[in-house]
Amino acid sequence: MNPNYLDFEQPIAELEVKIEELQLVGTDADINISEEIRTLREKSAKLTEKIYANLSPWDIVKVARHPRRPYTLDYISRLFTDFDELHGDRHFGDDRAIVGGTARLNGRPVVVIGQEKGRAVKDKVLRNFGMPKPEGYRKALRLMSMAERFKMPVITLIDTPGAYPGIDSEERGISEAIAQNLAVMSRLATPIICVVIGEGSSGGALGIGVGDHLAMLQYATYFVISPEGCANIIWKSTANAPEAAAAMGVTSKVLQELGIVDATIPEPMGGAHRNVDLMAERIQAHLIKELDRLEQSPVEEMLERRYERLMSYGN
Amino acid sequence: MSWIDKILPSGVRKEEGARRSSVPEGLWKKCVKCDAVLYRPDVERNDDVCPKCDHHMRIGARRRLDIFLDRDGREEILTDIEPVDRLKFRDKKRYRDRLSAAQKATGEKDALIAMRGTLQGMPVVTVAFEFAFHGGSMGYAVGEKFTRAAQLALSEGMPLVCFSASGGARMQEALISLMQMAKTSAVIERMKVAGIPYVSVMTDPIYGGVSASLALLGDINVAEPDARAGFAGPNIIEQTIRQKLPKGFQRSEFLLAHGAIDMIVHRNDMRDTLARLLGKFTGQVPVVPEDTEDDASSADASGSVESIDLTDD
Repeated sequence: MNPNYLDFEQPIAELEVKIEELQLVGTDADINISEEIRTLREKSAKLTEKIYANLSPWDIVKVARHPRRPYTLDYISRLFTDFDELHGDRHFGDDRAIVGGTARLNGRPVVVIGQEKGRAVKDKVLRNFGMPKPEGYRKALRLMSMAERFKMPVITLIDTPGAYPGIDSEERGISEAIAQNLAVMSRLATPIICVVIGEGSSGGALGIGVGDHLAMLQYATYFVISPEGCANIIWKSTANAPEAAAAMGVTSKVLQELGIVDATIPEPMGGAHRNVDLMAERIQAHLIKELDRLEQSPVEEMLERRYERLMSYGN
Repeated sequence: MSWIDKILPSGVRKEEGARRSSVPEGLWKKCVKCDAVLYRPDVERNDDVCPKCDHHMRIGARRRLDIFLDRDGREEILTDIEPVDRLKFRDKKRYRDRLSAAQKATGEKDALIAMRGTLQGMPVVTVAFEFAFHGGSMGYAVGEKFTRAAQLALSEGMPLVCFSASGGARMQEALISLMQMAKTSAVIERMKVAGIPYVSVMTDPIYGGVSASLALLGDINVAEPDARAGFAGPNIIEQTIRQKLPKGFQRSEFLLAHGAIDMIVHRNDMRDTLARLLGKFTGQVPVVPEDTEDDASSADASGSVESIDLTDD
């Protein structure tokens, strides 16, 4: 199995291997071969389109966790200019699972905060696989309060398997750290736009996820408990995760119908990792559009709308 | 034959092997911690705290409110809020059926009960989680009732007291449950800005989404002795770190030592302590009703989930 492709994508992987092989033999500009490559490419695109038109919720969870899926740092360099990473919660330490700093979005100063899973193995360990500890949420809160003072909008990129479930996390008050962020984000007097770029898992995601506008990438997921966790509780086996994913409605489509998610940003064919630049362009355009809209109304009105929206959840 | 069997009338005695059934329902109660068999009226008079080992037994929401609020002038509020199965959630069973079963078993619509009343003469809005209903989990109905109780407290300038006991967010309402964390935290923040006191009382157990929202946002956070509270359950943590957890991990004493709560309050002292605190916050002076001592004994303990089912059949 090709690790760059998911299980349901293996037919595409096989075609891609063929294309690659043909490209290698075809260096002497044989006209028939280039014709063959073109046909195969078309076939591969059609197949991708077909497969992606029928993804199950569980398939989407897999795309959201794809090993090649772009992470927060991949986007930060593409969405913004002048990014300065800022570190530390000023109390305990610096949590590398949450990245934050000041940047410019199309020239406009913003504060950007996101969970980072880390790409290479060493990097993943450094980032704790994107599972923040209390100091991560407290760093985020510090940066958000700073954003409020200097009238910079806040943009958060959500991508986490959850807040870190460990002894040290509990000792330093992970619950309180998340709760505090929810409370303060509900009234922070600056626009907040949240984008789920990959995996939005429970309180660990929501801890940087309260704002005026919540968008999801097309194949991102957002859940109250991981499908594996849900399956484990109900069926006593993680093998039932696909059923759990379907029952919980973890996709942007369902969440938009429920009125929880405001917008879905379409992904390039075959997922964001197939064309990171194009994905970043779309996110950037969306951020600029939404920010322009939010900044049209006075802050008090925006805050009232944010609050009313929070109060309406589930109604 | 144990001593207890000897003193019981033969009619309620059970055959060998049915050791636990040898106590008539209503009269005797077994402490799950020290195994002492206790005379139920003694336990009730002691607010369902074991007179032998001081274990705080798990009690239902109505019992909780009953022993906390002044006897006169209390009124249940927000009774119209019902759970909604927006996702038509279905696993091995339908969520709707699970809800009906829980409603039937507890007699409650969902896992939060709200009352307005007085605490030693001071007006207060109080909510309590019913753990027997779906593990006290928070979905729309719980989040909505908490929020509306808080809004009432806000609009009338009364303090809010919440007794929480919850396994966390309710899976079957998925993201709607998660968003109740944001909703309840937002209304608590409004209370903070307005200077309306909010006291969170943590009772065993509190985990997940309730812990990471309303339970830890009190102006004052208190816990009953030996209550467990944390973000992740001990099993999850053990699986993640592959180590045994230290003794007393996530217990009240642990929370106090790590700065998460202001104090541990014995159930017998809950009224006095909270009244003393809230009196200072609101510029009032608590008035201790004369019959306080006997309040508990008249109460109905049917909400208790730890009472042993002793029906002989």
